[in-house]
Amino acid sequence: MYNFDYQRAQTVADAAKALSGKEEAKLLAGGMTLIPTLKQRLAKPSDLIDLGRIAELKGIKREGNAVVIGAMTRHVEVATSDVVKSAIPALAHLAEGIGDPQVRNRGTIGGSIANNDPAADYPSAVLALNATVITNKRKIAADDFFKGMFETALAPDEIVTAVSFPQAEKAGYSKFPNPASRYAVVGVFVARTGGQVRVAVTGAGPVVFRQKDMEAALAKSWSPDAVAAIKQSANGLNADIHASAEYRAHLVTVMAKRAVTAAG
Amino acid sequence: MSSTGIGAPVRRKEDARFLTGRGTYTDDINRPGQVHAFILRSPHAHAEIKGIDTAKAKAAPGVLTVYTGADMQVGGLPCGWLIHSKDGSPMAEPPHPVLAQGKVRHIGDPVAVVIAETRAEAKDAAELIAVDYNTLAAVVAAEDALKPGAPQLHEQAKGNLCYDWHLGDKAAVDAAFAKAAHVARIDIVNNRLVPNAMEPRAAIGEYDRATGEHTLYTTSQNPHVIRLLMGAFVLQLPEHKLRVVAPDVGGGFGSKIYHYAEEAIVTWASARVNRPIKWTAERGESFASDAQGRDHVTHAELALDKNGKFLALRVATIANLGGYLSTFSTAIPTYLYGTLLAGTYTTPAVYVEVKSAFTNTVPVDAYRGAGRPEACYVIERIVDTAAREMKIDPAELRRRNFIPKDAYPYQTPVALTYDSGDYFTTLDMALKAADYAGFEQRRQEAARRGKLRGIGIATYIEACGIAPSAVAGALGARAGLYETAELRVHPTGSVTVFTGTHSHGQGHETTFAQLVSERLGVPIEMVDVVHGDTNKIPFGMGTYGSRSLPVGGSALFKAIDKVVNKGKKIAAHLLETDEADIEFKDGKYSIAGTDKNVAFGQVAFAAYVPHNYPIEELEPGLDETSFYDPKNFTYPAGCHIAEIEIDRDTGIVSVERFTAADDFGRIVNPLIVEGQVHGGLAQGIGQALLENAVYDEDGQLVTGSFMDYCMPRADDLPAFDVATHTTLCTHNPLGVKGCGEAGAIGAPAAVMNAVVNALAPLGVTDMEMPATAERVWRAIAEKTMPRAAE
Repeated sequence: MYNFDYQRAQTVADAAKALSGKEEAKLLAGGMTLIPTLKQRLAKPSDLIDLGRIAELKGIKREGNAVVIGAMTRHVEVATSDVVKSAIPALAHLAEGIGDPQVRNRGTIGGSIANNDPAADYPSAVLALNATVITNKRKIAADDFFKGMFETALAPDEIVTAVSFPQAEKAGYSKFPNPASRYAVVGVFVARTGGQVRVAVTGAGPVVFRQKDMEAALAKSWSPDAVAAIKQSANGLNADIHASAEYRAHLVTVMAKRAVTAAG
Repeated sequence: MSSTGIGAPVRRKEDARFLTGRGTYTDDINRPGQVHAFILRSPHAHAEIKGIDTAKAKAAPGVLTVYTGADMQVGGLPCGWLIHSKDGSPMAEPPHPVLAQGKVRHIGDPVAVVIAETRAEAKDAAELIAVDYNTLAAVVAAEDALKPGAPQLHEQAKGNLCYDWHLGDKAAVDAAFAKAAHVARIDIVNNRLVPNAMEPRAAIGEYDRATGEHTLYTTSQNPHVIRLLMGAFVLQLPEHKLRVVAPDVGGGFGSKIYHYAEEAIVTWASARVNRPIKWTAERGESFASDAQGRDHVTHAELALDKNGKFLALRVATIANLGGYLSTFSTAIPTYLYGTLLAGTYTTPAVYVEVKSAFTNTVPVDAYRGAGRPEACYVIERIVDTAAREMKIDPAELRRRNFIPKDAYPYQTPVALTYDSGDYFTTLDMALKAADYAGFEQRRQEAARRGKLRGIGIATYIEACGIAPSAVAGALGARAGLYETAELRVHPTGSVTVFTGTHSHGQGHETTFAQLVSERLGVPIEMVDVVHGDTNKIPFGMGTYGSRSLPVGGSALFKAIDKVVNKGKKIAAHLLETDEADIEFKDGKYSIAGTDKNVAFGQVAFAAYVPHNYPIEELEPGLDETSFYDPKNFTYPAGCHIAEIEIDRDTGIVSVERFTAADDFGRIVNPLIVEGQVHGGLAQGIGQALLENAVYDEDGQLVTGSFMDYCMPRADDLPAFDVATHTTLCTHNPLGVKGCGEAGAIGAPAAVMNAVVNALAPLGVTDMEMPATAERVWRAIAEKTMPRAAE
């Protein structure tokens, strides 16, 4: 780990102030990606601004037809939240399957989506549920948020404060975990909200994406069979020692089927 | 059986210490004035070093000095086993420098060492070292390394060949094949594994200017071996001035047998900077510098008569040794592999050829099982192949070829003489426990759920209790392989055992104390076991090859005999009778046929306070040392049965049931034996389904962290059903055979036979380890896609 200045922010405004004008500063949420990166000397931030003590970033609440989850809410809290379990059980199920208990006890939803790892679980839920990412500056629609591999719509001095998930009529998530890291090799989140169907795929490509053929099929007929015959193209999909692009493409269909089954 | 004697399920004495975080591992030790070493390692698999500029690093904050290979002109790391090729020529034995001498040959190869006040300063400074590398083409696979035109690693190893070895009667094998009714053939890969002990390697070197004594604290399975190798061959330090301490060690699995560069570096450098120096590996360094395991490519053929009797086995293996010869690397694919190829069967003729190659990968050496899992995998996969091809039940085919119960001692065609065994009983026990007869019903039930279910059998045999020194010597070992024990009885009758073996997870502090408790009748709390410090223990060879109890325990039994016999003389004196009339039982010396007796503690007290003592005939004291050199190897054997399910959609293999029936000879502590079997099975299942060390074509280790190298976890494993059946070892006084490696030996073949069994209805006849989801999915797709396309 290289030296850096550590700052503990008390409010979002504090954090934004600390961040402004410092191009090499980094926000520290749960640190599940950042800390290992620092330990391996793969990042050299000038400042680390710890968001861990900012009360306004924590917690889960019901707001009308939506579940609003503070950016610094840990995966374990989402997994065990009565609000989430009753409103969007698929989201609680997703959180329950992230990493391992240590990761779930430290990792946060804000950190996960701001990092936008191509194999992270949360981006699929944000996209499929058509959530809104709330920052200290604006509200960003899910379709506009995830830009590319580890790349989001966030400005350098922008901080995610919460994510607002509209309650879905039906939602399900199924993932094929990397046997070693337990990240998603392929994770598919399906949701029907206000009659609209969205299918989001994580792990398979460089960034989470919507599978529109499946969305159309499910809009016509909400059943596992509706997606069973839809083939995902392997073009542009990720490939590594754990799964070739072709295998990932196959898994998209399998996981979509299972996600629909889970959604009921 | 007493409550703490042989056979008692005593809970491990050492666990209170380990489970409450009170163990003392090497990294827990901090010496006054200690500084830290960071090793700069090669980022390239193969490169010339044209120059190293350390000036900036030397000037960095906190840095004491920086050493490179140019500074450290010492002996190379030695190889402990000389193998001869078919033509009688000795193996190629290129130098293995402690710090690179002009060339690096694998990622992680040590290039320089920075010594600084803190670890962070040493690491910071290492980034300032400028190494001018001229990168060279790398070769990763052993098969490729032996091809003409392959990049050459060592001047001394032409064509990257270390040796071209063989064993067995080629002519007899050829003749048997000529008359075979059926020949089964397989091509298999035994995948390379990363050992991943929970505790990374660490070392502290310390030099005492006043006495001239060097001390090395290190994560070793055999401190005396390290003292001998490093003292005599690398640093030329006389052994009386070199103390090696291996304190609590958190797992080894073979990877901590070998003498490593870092041990020599901290020992050598601490005398130069006159400060104790600590080095502790980061996990990434463990991946790039701990000797790895397995890595064989094999073609095998089995000749059978029309009734399924094995006539001959022919095996050709190419083994990967990595960039350099690790301490015992050369023996693993030869004498610990080829000699096991008769397995549990009467195969009358066996011929094996092994070519071992240098490659631009981390060195390979013994890893739990070491050669024997590779042998078991060849035999048991080909036996299953033959059974399928000849339409004979795999259990029945094995039964037809087992060595008969009354055939011991049994001479195999590949040098070993099995002393005892009963493979029929362990097979039957496993079949019954696994409900082999009910499998078809479970298969059909699984099929209704859309799953492919398979069952796989593997029988195995090991040669453990390593090793008769004369035999090992005749085969090229450069060391004796006896073991030692000192039994020090204290004046009030409590006991300290000093053993040359080393416990790094095996529970010796409990089992060895049980041996003493059994024989001397003292409670186990009165017995302590000391190991791991060359200044305390007698010269011993350490722990590997399931040798501690068969060899070290036998040495301890001999020492106990000496103590008991000396005690008889003392007791006879105290009881005023003839020694011949004295019996020793349950901690008491008594005059046979009377109730006159003295307790063992009284005898011990008399030995140390010899007021009333046969001082003219007998020395005072009760402290005996024994060396035990085994007469033969021991031959643990057994049967493992795996039952797996395959998810057709994804190819995921799940182990649903696992049954083991093992013969380990006499069981000293059934709890510890069960734990050892569980751990071994986890590793064996890990090899079959999850673990794989993958290098890319440039020699970069793709699986260089736990993000990509998949270790087995509890949720990857079923509940194990394990049992033992005992035939006693006939040649050691305990009748024990050893249990540490069995799980890792039988499990891979059992699991893979089950995977192939599950896929066989689709026409799949082969599957490579690890049977990853994608590999299995592809095998299914290849057989089912054409039909789908119609």
